[in-house]
Amino acid sequence: MKSILSRAHLALLPMAFTALVCYLGATLWSIRISLSSSRTFPVHDFVGLAQYRRLFANERWLHSLANLGVYGALFVLACLLLGFVLAVLIEREVRAAGALRVVFLYPYAMSFIATGLAWQWLLNPQFGIQEAVRRWGFPQFQFDWLVDQDRALYTIVIATVWQAAGLVMAILLAGMRGIDPDIWSAARLEGIPAWRLYVSVIVPMLAAPFATAALLLLTAVAKLYDAVVAMTQGGPGTASEVPAKFIMDHLFGRANVALASAGATVLVLTALAVLAPLFYARARAARLRA
Amino acid sequence: MSVTALTVARASGRRPRPRWYADPGRLGLLALLISAALCFLLPLYVMGLTSLKSMDEIRQGTLLSWPAHPTLAAWRAAWSGACTGVACEGVSAGFWNSVLIVVPSTLIAIALGALNGYVLACWRARGAQLLFALLMVGAFLPLQVMIYPLVRLLAPLHLVGTLPGIVLVHVIFSMPIMTLLFRNYYAALPRELFLAARLDGAGFARIFLRLMLPMSLPMLAVAAIMQATGVWNDYLLGLVFAGREHLPMTVQLNNLVNTTTGTRLYNIDMAATILTALVPLAIYVLSGRWFVRGIAAGALKG
Repeated sequence: MKSILSRAHLALLPMAFTALVCYLGATLWSIRISLSSSRTFPVHDFVGLAQYRRLFANERWLHSLANLGVYGALFVLACLLLGFVLAVLIEREVRAAGALRVVFLYPYAMSFIATGLAWQWLLNPQFGIQEAVRRWGFPQFQFDWLVDQDRALYTIVIATVWQAAGLVMAILLAGMRGIDPDIWSAARLEGIPAWRLYVSVIVPMLAAPFATAALLLLTAVAKLYDAVVAMTQGGPGTASEVPAKFIMDHLFGRANVALASAGATVLVLTALAVLAPLFYARARAARLRA
Repeated sequence: MSVTALTVARASGRRPRPRWYADPGRLGLLALLISAALCFLLPLYVMGLTSLKSMDEIRQGTLLSWPAHPTLAAWRAAWSGACTGVACEGVSAGFWNSVLIVVPSTLIAIALGALNGYVLACWRARGAQLLFALLMVGAFLPLQVMIYPLVRLLAPLHLVGTLPGIVLVHVIFSMPIMTLLFRNYYAALPRELFLAARLDGAGFARIFLRLMLPMSLPMLAVAAIMQATGVWNDYLLGLVFAGREHLPMTVQLNNLVNTTTGTRLYNIDMAATILTALVPLAIYVLSGRWFVRGIAAGALKG
């Protein structure tokens, strides 16, 4: 018995290495570096919170954080709304459900790089949608968000919502399968309008899948990097900079490891602060159901 | 609701609905769905059209029109001739690099995920649940906080910029989801199976290889689909850890499109983008429900 249990422990070594060294250890190390004056290479002095003060005096970082807030709110809400509408429509129209599901989910199989490049081309002000619509006889038509300081961020929202809305739809459709079909005929019998049924009954019943979807989307928000690199490279100017890109640029391009680590620490704390309540709510809901 | 009301409701539910073309409500619904589907398909369609046009035709700004003289020249150039920086080899090199990265990353990650799941679900090893909780928290953190220390950790081992290095990093960062998939799958199996095998005298490895693994064939397929797609689509890890010699296709694609000096060749860009997206799209279309099942398995119990 004892030897078999120790074999189980032996088998856990890769997981222990990953969790303790690569995740916990690396995160703690990043935090440690953020308290030093490291530039290209880590040095082991201690400068207190100096890097954090520099970070929050840095225009580009503040702009990145603000962008992430705006992006995150728009992206999550748009994905949840669009995903829900698609799920409801598919659920009501059973005819081509399989084919439609394939269509709405295929962007999710594409990388953020491919997604970003596709939309960069579609939104190209010279040859893209703007030019095509102008040629259809609307010469005043304007849709040049990609090169617009104030709107470049929204193009990233559009591209990533296109990519991820199908995921929400798939999760909600799976959740809807657990709903008693009798509820529809019952509502029809009682004369309750369909929209009312959705808002007051179906949405609350889907609380758990909604929370799951929100969790996955928020995780993607904190990690947002590839799509920005592919679509706008943070531009025009710094209009679509995001924290993950700020960190990467300062780690590898600008050799400012301590500042980048301070940024990474702030990003992780923000992610934890947003995700932890969701985790807790989900765990509580699961306990209540059990 | 009373029992009678429910019975009546059931009965009315069985009444034949009017044909879809005779029902304006359902007709509108279908029209709405089809236009939404067209919107979702539009980017892929436009990419395909652009890749078949000449640059002269593209400059006329006819985004949505069928190419006047469809040509595969851009596809050939994208595959083997387009320039990224000094090298002019298209994205074919990146394609093979990605294959070399994806295959071992998928096999090793699945093997470890299944092993972890087996230990977590079947053996009550001390500390295992705590490790698992830590692993799952790590899955939700932005990679940026772990990347630099990992570079410093792997550099002295000469693993940064090598094929084993990038595979190792992929295995590390996919461990949470792989472990979760198999843990949930094994935990849902009746425990009597495991106990009976123990009574028969089967050991740790034997139960895993002869009993658990063969029973988890569906989950092996789901995990392979998820992992292959995820690794293929990775950009960040490939950029940092793969090194010049092993840059995956996504990184080469981005270099091709975004760091090219001189005139942008949109037809080649789009052909290269489709080529890069083709592998995960093919996996998605061919695997069908399994892909969705992976999302559900990973998401619903996470």
